[in-house]
Amino acid sequence: MGGDLSHKMTARGRWAWGAALALLLAAPFIGLYPVFMMKAMCYAIFACAFNLLLGYTGLLSFGHAAYLGAAAYGTGWLIRSAGWSTEMGVLAGMGIGAVLGLVVGMIAIRRQGIYFAMITLAMAQMIYFVCLQAPFTGGEDGLQGVPRGALFGGLIPLKSDVALYYVVLAVFVAVFLAIIRIVHSPYGQVLKAIRENEPRAISLGYDVDKYKLLAFVLSTAIAGLAGSLKTLVLGFATLSDAHWSLSGEVVLMTLLGGMGTFAGPVIGAFTIIGLQDYLADRVGSWVTVIIGAIFVVCVLAFRKGFVGELIAWQQRRGKPAE
Amino acid sequence: MEIFGIPLQAFLGQLMLGLVNGSFYAMLSLGLAVIFGLLGIVNFAHGALYMMGAYAAWFCLEVFGLNFWVALVIAPLVVGALGVAVERSMLKRLYDIDPIYGLLLTFGLALIAEGIFRDQFGVSGQQYPVPDLLQGATNLGFMVLPNYRGFVIGASLLVCLSTWYLIERTRLGAYLRAGTENPKLVQAFGINVPVMVMLTYGAGAGLAALAGVLAAPVIQITPLMGSNLIIVVFAVVVIGGMGSILGSILTGLALGLIEGLTKVFYPEASSIVVFVIMAIVLMIRPAGLFGKEM
Repeated sequence: MGGDLSHKMTARGRWAWGAALALLLAAPFIGLYPVFMMKAMCYAIFACAFNLLLGYTGLLSFGHAAYLGAAAYGTGWLIRSAGWSTEMGVLAGMGIGAVLGLVVGMIAIRRQGIYFAMITLAMAQMIYFVCLQAPFTGGEDGLQGVPRGALFGGLIPLKSDVALYYVVLAVFVAVFLAIIRIVHSPYGQVLKAIRENEPRAISLGYDVDKYKLLAFVLSTAIAGLAGSLKTLVLGFATLSDAHWSLSGEVVLMTLLGGMGTFAGPVIGAFTIIGLQDYLADRVGSWVTVIIGAIFVVCVLAFRKGFVGELIAWQQRRGKPAE
Repeated sequence: MEIFGIPLQAFLGQLMLGLVNGSFYAMLSLGLAVIFGLLGIVNFAHGALYMMGAYAAWFCLEVFGLNFWVALVIAPLVVGALGVAVERSMLKRLYDIDPIYGLLLTFGLALIAEGIFRDQFGVSGQQYPVPDLLQGATNLGFMVLPNYRGFVIGASLLVCLSTWYLIERTRLGAYLRAGTENPKLVQAFGINVPVMVMLTYGAGAGLAALAGVLAAPVIQITPLMGSNLIIVVFAVVVIGGMGSILGSILTGLALGLIEGLTKVFYPEASSIVVFVIMAIVLMIRPAGLFGKEM
């Protein structure tokens, strides 16, 4: 899938990364609405976590919203009702994502391929129903009024959107770099081997279930982190955070941007969140129709996604003799 | 008379409801299994097709004044034709690539269908009356059975068993099974496999719509009724294993009953019991109760 964008980085590639980072750093001062940017970055973190599984391990988890949603509720409740500090609340959210991922992962990796997708979807629906009925989640109303608090014992108050924006940006960049690091590590190479040919990886002596489970837990922990940050940004957690439609959307973000590429899920997340934001007041329930239509077009004609197509185009240009 | 502190009437009533739900699980998981067998596609749109079947029945009555029995024939035909169109225009392009794309495409189609119906009807439900012939209830001595519910169970059992007979005992079914094993060889024997695949998807879609028509009088018809159900049906399919037709029918009915029982004894868990059973089955027998280890 040619995702080695940063491996043999061209001068043009370095410029592109630099420009993207500069844009993100300057965003609050050039009229980009910080809450929207933070929300989009949370979903970008979510999509990057998802891409670690689908793009680099070949596992389609169809219930990733459950980890984001559970962590969003967990963080919200711990900060609002249990009086935890912001840092601890967010870390706990990651922990919730990791623990749920461990439990679901242990069950789901017993089957491959399409069954894996169905099992993760079913388990996520179970977590959704628990969120719906649990006493502390506020049922249909959601968990409202979560304070942002401050970092490092009051050193950095997060009340202002701009302060929180840079915190979210820092976390986002850290996650992005961590995923590049994971993928390029020896461990990440084994994941790719499993994606390309699982039986061969087994015959080479790798305990593929252990590798897959670790990838799953890493991915759900980061998804949990995304959920926790989202609660901080918006101040609430709702049932739609854990709903299957969000699980579908994260697949679409990754597919549209380009699965198995580093930048793809980020671009996909910004595109989908931006589109939803733009369409929400304009077309009503046609948003769902449009998202569905993008899904259909992507699967039929655009399976490499934006970044994947770009890489393929560069490769075609690189060897014009053929 | 009481069972574990619960009045027998209420107990049997819940079991009956569970069996009705189980019949829908059975019909839908059967269609999923047949489509998966021949097309290798997990049809997420199955729930949307079921929803469209229910709306088709409602349309027949409200717009054209056609009664339940006519809808029972028309809805599966219309939705089946839609299924054929989808197979011809989209699904057939996906047979040679990773099966997850089939799941994603049908997921997108389900979103489109749901969005359109939600735009037209909102999220509140439509009511569909029980047909005149099946109004009322029969006293069986130990319980009172609403006629329509009895009819749903009987009708879906009949449909399921006919499908089983068609696939396992007829020549057409033999072609289908052969096509599942080795489509190229079957094609070489002069059977038009692409047409067979197309009709199979159409038939699966029709089966889902038939379940939708049968469900219309006992539920609220809403745009989201299909997606909420299809996830449970996925779990049913995982529990049963997609290998066996009779297996999917039995699993569907049994899980409906278990869900009904849970509603009696521990209502809070009734919406998650199927998923819990799925997790336990996967721990003990990863291939599913009736599945073959792949």
